[in-house]
Amino acid sequence: MVPKGGWGIEMGPASPHRARRTAPSAAGSREPAERGAIDVSELEKKRSSAPALGGWDYAPAPESREVVSLRERYGLFVGGEFVSPRSEAWYSTISPATEEPLAEVAEAGVEDVGAAVASARTAFENGWSEISPAERAKYLFRIARILQERSRELAVLESLNGGKPIKESRDVDLPLAAAHFFYYAGWADKLEYAFPNRRPRPLGVAGQIIPWNFPLLMLAWKIAPALAAGNTVVLKPAETTPLTALLFCDLVRQAELPPGVVNVVTGDGRTGAALVQSDVDKIAFTGSTEVGKAIQRELAGTGKHLTLELGGKAANIVFDDAALDQAVEGIVNGIYFNQGHVCCAGSRLLVQESIAEPLVEKLKRRLGTLRVGDPLDKNTDVGAINSRPQLEKIRELVAAGEAEGAEIYQPPCRLPERGYWFAPTVFTNVAQSYRIAQEEIFGPVLSVLTFRTPEEAVEKANNTPYGLSAGVWTEKGSRILWMAQRLRAGVVWANTFNRFDPASPFGGYKESGFGREGGLHGLEPYLSFDGAEPFGG
Amino acid sequence: MGLIPFARTPDYTRLVAKAPALPAGFELPLEPRLPRIGSVDAVALEARAAELAKRSIKREAKVFALELAIRMMDLTTLEGADTPGKVAALASKAVRPDPTDPGIPSVAALCVYPNLVPTAVERLRGTGVRVASVATAFPSGQTPTDVKIAEVRAVVEFGADEVDMVIDRGAFLSGRYAKVYDEIVQVKEACGEAHLKVILETGELGTYDNVRRASLLAIAAGADFVKTSTGKLPSAATLPVTLVMLEAIRDVHEETGRMVGLKPAGGIRVAKQAVQYLVQLYETLGSEWLTPELYRLGASSLLNDVLMQLRKERTGSYQSPDYFTVD
Repeated sequence: MVPKGGWGIEMGPASPHRARRTAPSAAGSREPAERGAIDVSELEKKRSSAPALGGWDYAPAPESREVVSLRERYGLFVGGEFVSPRSEAWYSTISPATEEPLAEVAEAGVEDVGAAVASARTAFENGWSEISPAERAKYLFRIARILQERSRELAVLESLNGGKPIKESRDVDLPLAAAHFFYYAGWADKLEYAFPNRRPRPLGVAGQIIPWNFPLLMLAWKIAPALAAGNTVVLKPAETTPLTALLFCDLVRQAELPPGVVNVVTGDGRTGAALVQSDVDKIAFTGSTEVGKAIQRELAGTGKHLTLELGGKAANIVFDDAALDQAVEGIVNGIYFNQGHVCCAGSRLLVQESIAEPLVEKLKRRLGTLRVGDPLDKNTDVGAINSRPQLEKIRELVAAGEAEGAEIYQPPCRLPERGYWFAPTVFTNVAQSYRIAQEEIFGPVLSVLTFRTPEEAVEKANNTPYGLSAGVWTEKGSRILWMAQRLRAGVVWANTFNRFDPASPFGGYKESGFGREGGLHGLEPYLSFDGAEPFGG
Repeated sequence: MGLIPFARTPDYTRLVAKAPALPAGFELPLEPRLPRIGSVDAVALEARAAELAKRSIKREAKVFALELAIRMMDLTTLEGADTPGKVAALASKAVRPDPTDPGIPSVAALCVYPNLVPTAVERLRGTGVRVASVATAFPSGQTPTDVKIAEVRAVVEFGADEVDMVIDRGAFLSGRYAKVYDEIVQVKEACGEAHLKVILETGELGTYDNVRRASLLAIAAGADFVKTSTGKLPSAATLPVTLVMLEAIRDVHEETGRMVGLKPAGGIRVAKQAVQYLVQLYETLGSEWLTPELYRLGASSLLNDVLMQLRKERTGSYQSPDYFTVD
């Protein structure tokens, strides 16, 4: 068996180290000879750029698309049935990795949204709000189990339609989505114990608008607590990633959920606006701060409940005593996970100046090992950018960063010709005033800033209109607590990043929104109480 | 505030720099330089190791990995019951692992107890397969240093190409790092031209921090290789432990340009594990380390599974274990 290339070393049975034995100068200790031979400029080169990988091409390991069967067209899911839109408008949804069209999807107009809300209202009034809580739990448990059973199918479709690597949809999105349903199923019959001395009641119909970065997971974050609390929902998936939500409708039918409890309307921002203006009792929105503000203006004075989970510009703060190699993993996970399409992404790296140099070198080296490409390949680390407009936004901000004087680094990597791609990027020499340190890029772009003292780290971390998440890397427990008390962020991760659990509340400070999702806190926005209203009301 | 400025006076620096038994950088680093001892975060480390273990290695890439695994293998027998006959049989296997397929390369080395070194040397002369011997009161290392040195001299005299020593864990765990360091330096000296692998016995070190510390200590003392385990404990090589050691080796390389080898040993029984170890190696240290000069897999039962997988890749079907020799 002769190798077909790639490993960069000869594969024959001849043993190369024999030569060492006969060449005494190099035999006893490798080190002095090597050291003497090393050319400083050579070493410098290695240190400064050096992606670690060359040579070994892993053979393609694509996950099969066969598990997913797509229809040509998907109508709106209203009252337990797929119906054609009265608007008679359709659009095509694509795979961002190849730009190949996957299916036609309905574009819901005002009338369609009205019909969906009416269907949810009927379902709410005719049974769903009155069935025994244990029955509600039963449906949710059922959905959770079906999610697990059909997870491979959903994961493949998620990667196909959204561009995220299959290893992420398989190992993160799907298990977490199922976990959310399991978790909230458990609360459905315990609401009275969850809020002692307050009588919780469902709100009615919840309009839920979700983003394209975690289509199915955000669906789970929205639908599971709403149903557990006894509401019915009208969900609008993002324009570019409607397919897993539409496949989810199949699961809803499979679970025999009463018709109208879950409705799905697809479309662009106009559909979302129609939902906001419709006869719902609550709006839950995850997306950009700009749209969030518009929704808040729209709802002011209407009495509708509102929760917003908006943008972020999280600081990932690394102190000089941190476990460096693991911090590098955390930084990579913080910003290149899901191509940086994460509202809580650690997009600002704040590193203590005394270790900035070695840390950035380690980070650059690690970037060289990231595998960018086919989202369905099981070895892909970074997938496709979700849409052309998003790609253009990333390009614009990266160009701004270069123009402002930041130093850009991208590892050499071959990007596919078709589809939307952006190489993992690090900016060093970034000042707090640069756009790339202030604005949410929502792409695989990291801005590195330095600090000298813990106080300065807190000050810089908080110096942003956002406040969704933050990360602290230090071996010192007391410093973690000190930082966590001072960081104005909804989630503070210590020695980890982008960890989610259904039992843990998630949400923002300042322009990152209000209201919490996950945990007991995540039930409150879907309930009303006798007496004082909780926050978000 | 009296203490801190005092600690940084030139006098103190001079004292530290003079401390004879400590490797540079092993105490408080006075300059911001790597490798600092630093620390290891267990949760994140294990997550990274698990992530790398999920790489899906198929077809040509798998064949490369399996062939490389054979070329990197230290075929090992370390039993009280070892005899010249057993070692001779294993030597033949080492040279030609699969008699039906001449394309299969020889393993890197045969690893035996000191008394079996002469047999191994005789059987392997001229074959390209090296002879490695454990020494220094393997596996416990709880013996006076001069006895250990005498043992090392003996195996080198017998003709061993490589010496696998154990560190004195008793000294390490009681904080007597200097003793551990000194002993490695002396063993290295006694090795002469023989290649020195230093076994940390990570299963007894208790924490990843200690694994990193012991790796840097051994490297600073002159180890050509660091090796995880004796194979005599239930907890031997694991992916996270080897990842810590790879990262220590990487830091040393970044700082000094020196390339140190790694040998995970114990508990690697099937081809799939071997591929996982190689993926971890490749993605941590890069293709320069994909050579038997810098990486070995210590194993006694791994070889047949690798051969079986290779034959499956060649023929498309699994063969009965009866078609592979048991030595």
